[in-house]
Amino acid sequence: MSALADRPANPVVGRRAAHESAALHVTGAAMYTDDVAGLSTGVLTAWPVQSTNAHARVTIDVAPAYDVPGVVRVLTADDVPGLNDAGIKHDEPLFPSEAMFYGHALVWVLGDSPESARLGAEAVKVEYEPLPSIITVREAIDARSFQGIARTVERGDAATAIAEADRVFEGVTEFGGQEHFYLETQASFAVRDSEGQYFIQCSTQHPSETQEIVAHVLGIPSNEVTVQQLRMGGGFGGKEMQPHGLAAIAALGAKLTGRPVRLRLNRTQDLTMTGKRHPFHITWKVGVSADGYLQGLDATLTADGGWSLDLSEPVLGRALCHLDNAYWIPNVHAHGRIAKTNKTSNTAFRGFGGPQGVFLIEDVLGRIAPELGIDPTVLREQNFYVQGQSTPYGQLVKDAERMPLIWSQLKGECDFDARSAEVAAFNAEHDDVKRGLAITPIKFGISFNFAAFNQAGALVHVYKDGSVLINHGGTEMGQGLHTKMLQVAATALGLELHQVRLAPTRTDKVPNTSATAASSGSDLNGGAVKNACEQIRERMAKVAGRLLDVDERDVRFEGGYVTGLGNRDLRLSFAEVAEAAYLQRVQLWAAGYYRTEGLHWNPDLMQGSPFKYFSYGAAATEVEVDGFTGAYRVRRVDIIHDVGDSLSPMLDIGQVEGAYVQGVGWLTLEELRWDETDGPGRGRLLTQSASTYKLPSFSEMPEEFNVRLFENAREDGAVYGSKAVGEPPLMLAFSAREAIRTAVGAFGPAGRGVVLGSPATPEAVYWAVEAARAEASAELDASEQSRTGVGADAGPEPAFAGADS
Amino acid sequence: MDEIAITVNGLRRPLEGATAHTTALDWLRDTGLTGSKEGCAEGECGACAMLVATPGTDGGTEWTAVNACLVPVAALNGQEVVTAEGLGSPESLHPVQEKLAEAGGSQCGYCTPGFACSMAGEYYRADRVPAPAHAHDVVDEHDEGCLVHDAEHGPNGFDLHALSGNLCRCTGYRPIRDAAYELGMPEPGDELAARRDRPAPAAVPTDFTAGGGRFVRPATLDETLRLIRDEPSALLVAGSTDLGVEVNLRGRRAPLVVAVEQLDELRTLSVGDDVIEIGAALPLTEVERRLDGRVPLLAQLFPQFASRLIRNRGTFGGNLGTGSPIGDTPPALLALGARLVLASADGEREVELADYFTGYRQTIRRPDELIRAVRIPLPLARVTAFNKIAKRRFDDISSVALGFALDLEGGVVTNARIGLGGVAATPLRAYDTEAALIGKAWNIATVKAASTVLQGEGTPMSDHRASSDYRSLMLGSALLKLYSTTIHDDKEVSA
Repeated sequence: MSALADRPANPVVGRRAAHESAALHVTGAAMYTDDVAGLSTGVLTAWPVQSTNAHARVTIDVAPAYDVPGVVRVLTADDVPGLNDAGIKHDEPLFPSEAMFYGHALVWVLGDSPESARLGAEAVKVEYEPLPSIITVREAIDARSFQGIARTVERGDAATAIAEADRVFEGVTEFGGQEHFYLETQASFAVRDSEGQYFIQCSTQHPSETQEIVAHVLGIPSNEVTVQQLRMGGGFGGKEMQPHGLAAIAALGAKLTGRPVRLRLNRTQDLTMTGKRHPFHITWKVGVSADGYLQGLDATLTADGGWSLDLSEPVLGRALCHLDNAYWIPNVHAHGRIAKTNKTSNTAFRGFGGPQGVFLIEDVLGRIAPELGIDPTVLREQNFYVQGQSTPYGQLVKDAERMPLIWSQLKGECDFDARSAEVAAFNAEHDDVKRGLAITPIKFGISFNFAAFNQAGALVHVYKDGSVLINHGGTEMGQGLHTKMLQVAATALGLELHQVRLAPTRTDKVPNTSATAASSGSDLNGGAVKNACEQIRERMAKVAGRLLDVDERDVRFEGGYVTGLGNRDLRLSFAEVAEAAYLQRVQLWAAGYYRTEGLHWNPDLMQGSPFKYFSYGAAATEVEVDGFTGAYRVRRVDIIHDVGDSLSPMLDIGQVEGAYVQGVGWLTLEELRWDETDGPGRGRLLTQSASTYKLPSFSEMPEEFNVRLFENAREDGAVYGSKAVGEPPLMLAFSAREAIRTAVGAFGPAGRGVVLGSPATPEAVYWAVEAARAEASAELDASEQSRTGVGADAGPEPAFAGADS
Repeated sequence: MDEIAITVNGLRRPLEGATAHTTALDWLRDTGLTGSKEGCAEGECGACAMLVATPGTDGGTEWTAVNACLVPVAALNGQEVVTAEGLGSPESLHPVQEKLAEAGGSQCGYCTPGFACSMAGEYYRADRVPAPAHAHDVVDEHDEGCLVHDAEHGPNGFDLHALSGNLCRCTGYRPIRDAAYELGMPEPGDELAARRDRPAPAAVPTDFTAGGGRFVRPATLDETLRLIRDEPSALLVAGSTDLGVEVNLRGRRAPLVVAVEQLDELRTLSVGDDVIEIGAALPLTEVERRLDGRVPLLAQLFPQFASRLIRNRGTFGGNLGTGSPIGDTPPALLALGARLVLASADGEREVELADYFTGYRQTIRRPDELIRAVRIPLPLARVTAFNKIAKRRFDDISSVALGFALDLEGGVVTNARIGLGGVAATPLRAYDTEAALIGKAWNIATVKAASTVLQGEGTPMSDHRASSDYRSLMLGSALLKLYSTTIHDDKEVSA
């Protein structure tokens, strides 16, 4: 038992709570970065001049922009007093002399209205001297265009294990990226204040890094820059790195003009300028015993990093650490590398490489199950980790028994076996419509692979009237972090929720913060908030002990009151104790700090224990596929997911549902298409607006959607026994992809693996159905031929080809 | 001319600082009402949704949810608008806001004000009726159609299609649906409910010049026709669901925009003995309600046409006027044998829709003409279907779309009209396929043969929506699917 995980009596954590800003959200009163900008006067708008070439040296003439009425200034490389760089790897020039992708921002025009800035940007003349460009991952592989450090996870002897296995399968798995499509596009608003300091409001998941990049671009120390983050209209990883350069542009504009500068990308700018989820190209070979136990896996993963490194290295690292998902693979050799292409620089996106790693093993299992003649549900279940086993990167799989427990609970609760029989009966009766039901697991490691990020700070004030104001280093993007932090503070101080308020995230309140990312926001900041509250509570307990005539160890804080064990007569309000503490000159505020204990990781060896714990879950999804069109519908979804002992059940269920649907979007609907031709539009993103890039709408919501949190799930290593929730459930969406695969399989003969393109759009599903039907009719022909004695061979084992869309 | 002003959340606000091209969204935000958000600026996400008081049946008013990002603010002169801020305040939530908040319907909150407005529009819909009266009242939706219908209505009569134009990236929609389905009926004392009993604001003739553009709302049809005769560059606009996208995404700044959506002559709907006439500027939602299933092919089309937010402004005239090859109404109207009434200062002429399209976004309409009405001849064909192939079921642009209208007598196809979209530079009639069907027995052999012909109609191309091969195959598939549903129906009848 750990003190970190222990809950007091009647805790506020664990209660259903609405989002702390819900009433503001629904009335439009909640302010976002660009809303704030609109309240100021004299504001300039920044507008980019974007490259219309995928790769070219550029010569820029900004003079014509100044002829446009309302244009105040054009920002160029010559204006940068510090480093002309927007990243942490020093490979992202803020004002490039070489356009590295179609859409790359070259210079920025400041206008006194959006219209003048836009027209000014149109007036800027850019001459391009084209250079060879690489658009697809395959082109990059052929040209050996790589960047960053390649990594390998290795255990045992994969080659020998595969060579000696009863069955060997190999194939290529390819899948596309995903646009974050946070509803609020990237936005920054910079003001230089009366003291010459920069105050920047920014829609960022990483205010401290935004602050650092602004400081290095301006050539000033961090203490001259304050970044504030009110709330984001969604982040999903897309605001972990991408906002920094944009904030620096706004700050530079404020410096050079003395006026406030707003920068909000419109949707097309956002789509064409900012990074997305990494597409991967994976070649693989797997050895399996005749009875379906994984023996060895050999894979080469190539991540499409885009034009710069950004977060590609840690994303690749997490992919390599998740290609086992929930399965014991005794021998593994997985090599990962990062392609350099002339596209937007791919970045963090919910799951951060995890979904790409999980994709591989789920695709492999889904493809080979029919070939092995083993039900995919059984194949998955029998390969689960058992207690005592370790991951390929050497970490003991903690709580491994939760996976089969969740699995069996879910199968029972969703009537999996009976419904499988119903699906089979339905499919037997219908030629043109088929159903599929599939269940998939998720095991996801929690903590930043980069160990230094696993720390957090908080600042808690108790005022004399007993009201409490908390501040922490995490950012709110809709995930409910602030609500959970209020619940943690109320629990730690023994208050009701309404007695605690939260102030916006600012780098001058809590410094050197980590990105709110890796699902770690509650774990890290919750630890820090709890720590700060407990410091204050201990001091107040001394005061209260004297007032209540009990030992300080016998003072209890609960429900806004302070009592002493054994003293039934006296009950003090929290405010009374706070007032008394002030008068006795006891400090009523505290800085809290938290670091995750027990982590170690060697990135060169790719071995260690990078994760504090694992999150588990399983989902069962039933779909129906229309054989005429390939269109499908998600009929029912059942999920059990492990969030430890939930800090806030409604918010956690919201995270699970939202992640699932977002994952289904990535796997089945959302398609980034680039111009891969050699024409003048080469490298241009073709799906660059909401009308061409389709994310799930109401029509993709499962008709029946049952989500339950795993019970009695205390996690000793996290605040109040909870677990992270943001990312892991995204990967529950693989159950939808596997359900589509089984439905497609029902159009063909039994025992044939189905190769499914990704995303599994209606068209991709249609082609898979056509392939299945072709096999069915070929088999029919073959059996007729063999009956008539002509041609005996039913054909060779089908080789798995790449599922290229 | 009087000062241009709009009543927003009960307060009259003069149109200061706006240009002829300024959208309602930008203007609202500039006036400090930042609850309305820009998520896409092309009517896809609904984060900007607001309510507009529009004329209802029986002389009352309806609260109609529309995309503020697409409507030129000048088009709202004299009108009444309600935004999320006007529905309620944090201290006093509107019922839809209360349900959304407590159900966990907001996470990041950015899409939420728009959802609140779309939900409120449906909350106040006069013909929203709780469930029992609603079961199985759609006669012509086959197979999955029926399931859809039931799955998309709440026990309170809430039609989920009301939210089809609102995107949320956080929640996965389930809590929003639950909030919508838990709504009751408006309580006594609800001012917005009471407002429905009084007439909507009248159209206000407007002539507004600012920012290098001119926006004109003529008072009468005659005035409109004279204006477009004298100003050949005039751009006609009805719901502005297309122009708004051009303005926002492509920087289009037409020198003269002429608004026609409030002209009475363009808002008629009459069902005669041998023709149904639909005013070209009647919003599709209103056409849908007033036809009430009278034209089954259109009843199938409407829920698949963009989103409710778009249908609340979008019109037949606009969808045909742009001449787009991927509009959803042309395939259906071609199958129905529709004719268009083109009006000019010189009078009216009637043209076959099949003759109307002449090239990519080119039509026979002269610059001095407008589409006044669409005429659908009666009787209607007995077997009709609308097929739209798209990535997403709600609110997507079609890869291909097909309208079918067949007459069968004694098992023989006696007449056939098939309209196609997305397979050529213009919408097409599938004449060869029609010929392959007419006079033939309606059986699988005929259908397979005709389906092969249909696959070869047009010259579909490959783009980000679909490959040319898939588009072609989907044409043939659609006929096979139609056939399978007629067989299915027969089975049900005989059973």
